[in-house]
Amino acid sequence: MLKTVIPFGPQHPVLPEPLHLKLTVEEEVITEAIPALGFVHRGLELLAHSRDFHQVTQVVERVCGICSMIHAMCYCQGIEAIMEIEAPPRAKFLRTIWSEVHRIQSHLLWLGLFADSFGFESLFMQLWKIREKILDLNEATTGNRIIVSVNVIGGVRRDLNPEQISWMLAELAQVELEINRLGSTLLTDYTVKKRTAGKGVITKAQAFELGLVGPTLRASGVCQDMRMLGYAAFDQIDFEPAVETEGDCYARSKVRYREVLQSIGLIRQALSRIAPGEIRTKVKGRPEGETVCRVEQPRGELLYYIKADGTKNLERLRIRTPTFANIPALLRILPGMWLSDVPVAVLSIDPCISCTER
Amino acid sequence: MRDEVISVSPDNLVAAVAKLKVEGYRFVTLTCMQADEGTVVILYHFDKDLVLKHLRVHVPADDPLPSITPVYFAAFLVENEIQDLFGLRFSGLTVDYERTLYLDGEVKVTPFCRYTVAKMQSDEAKSLPASVDSNGTGES
Amino acid sequence: MFKMTPNVLRNLFFPKATRRYPREVRPSFENVRGALLNDIEKCTFCSACALKCPSQCIAVDKKTATWSYDPFACVFCGVCVEICPAASLNQKNEYRRPVVERESILLKGEPRQKIEKSS
Repeated sequence: MLKTVIPFGPQHPVLPEPLHLKLTVEEEVITEAIPALGFVHRGLELLAHSRDFHQVTQVVERVCGICSMIHAMCYCQGIEAIMEIEAPPRAKFLRTIWSEVHRIQSHLLWLGLFADSFGFESLFMQLWKIREKILDLNEATTGNRIIVSVNVIGGVRRDLNPEQISWMLAELAQVELEINRLGSTLLTDYTVKKRTAGKGVITKAQAFELGLVGPTLRASGVCQDMRMLGYAAFDQIDFEPAVETEGDCYARSKVRYREVLQSIGLIRQALSRIAPGEIRTKVKGRPEGETVCRVEQPRGELLYYIKADGTKNLERLRIRTPTFANIPALLRILPGMWLSDVPVAVLSIDPCISCTER
Repeated sequence: MRDEVISVSPDNLVAAVAKLKVEGYRFVTLTCMQADEGTVVILYHFDKDLVLKHLRVHVPADDPLPSITPVYFAAFLVENEIQDLFGLRFSGLTVDYERTLYLDGEVKVTPFCRYTVAKMQSDEAKSLPASVDSNGTGES
Repeated sequence: MFKMTPNVLRNLFFPKATRRYPREVRPSFENVRGALLNDIEKCTFCSACALKCPSQCIAVDKKTATWSYDPFACVFCGVCVEICPAASLNQKNEYRRPVVERESILLKGEPRQKIEKSS
């Protein structure tokens, strides 16, 4: 039996971002997989040393092109914890609303790519058509489609007036209707299940030991979601993480689908309970101290370690993104699979490589 | 910081980490910073039921530090990144990219540390591990 | 078996989801952060925008009263618009059109005269 080494990536139709895997294959079955990163390393942690701590908000938003608002929110929350400023309640609700809109948009992107990975292109296009409505929602309320730039240290920059709120609710009702229509195709179609059920199984013990995060962890039965920490306005709305138990690619897509519907419900709750008041507190002085701040990104747990020493530049900004924690899982789930199942398995951990390499 | 930070020395590091694994802590990540010239500080972050715990280690940048990959396999990726960016070597790393994860093979400067130039372990002739070689080509 | 068929039939009989761009252009929303403009008559050349810009694309010289801006480095974040004390910076609600050549914008105004305080 001859061993062949096949390079997967960095350019591959299935991957949203470049990732290189060196697969050792014996007769169509993978025996080993080694990842290689470094294609989009931009050195953003080092850039944070040369911009002052207000400008770093804009730098940090550009770490990821899909979940950018949540990076900025985590950074602003970290600096607010160091400087002991409290954002006003209305700003916390607005941050929650926009981060849930981002989550819907990210999961719809992933669901579309997932359908594309096994060739179901019409489902991919229908899901992205729904995603355009969400991006229009972003553009009308914040000013931009994806890199929305609404977070500042001390609050948010834009407000929602009552007409915008009622328009948002109407659009979300449309989105929910259309997603429910596609739900039966995504979850019960025969070919979809054949390509995804039983593939790339991660057991609960393995998931915990490998340090996985996010929907990849919740699909294996571990109920852990950083939104349970109660940051922003999550302590004032009812929230239960979506958990599945089988741990295969099908379970991961089911978790993300359920999270889309759950996020629509959370936005409705937040819009009904939003507190009136101002949206920004004034920030004076410079931060000094260190802190660790965690939020839940669409892909999992995001951790920021910020150390500031009283000057206008930060001493250290460390970002640990969820895909960084999920990549070691690939070394464990890929051996033993067929070569044709590799794109589906790699995509099921939701790789966001520009986050991983900052 | 509101969470608990425990200081350990490089010698008891692996033992402390193994104890945390037995207690059921999930590995989160490592953070590396430069403290003074020639010393780096590494923070190990662990999580149990949404509560974080940290271990802090001060290490001279020239000495190799024992790796925790025998205990937590998932740490290999972040330890390789620290090798690339800070020039600190880890001994006993199960998957070692030999400073080629982000950088090219011939780059010797460390992007984050302004003071040191990294020493390659291959300066003393040794064999590469069978599954990874520094050029990333197919030969092992 | 035929889970996607209702969707396909709906798409056959409903209007198209796409627009014939560039012949039909959707009008922009109101709050969109588009191209940056400076009303040079009101500008006091205080350099607040140049200090605060995250991508460092604005350069201001008070002595010669020039305000120069690199539109290709700008990320259209709107921080300069928020902090401008003279309210001379504003953003259109349409994005910049694609151009063939890279150029930077240089605006020249009147240098501010120092007002003599009467003792």
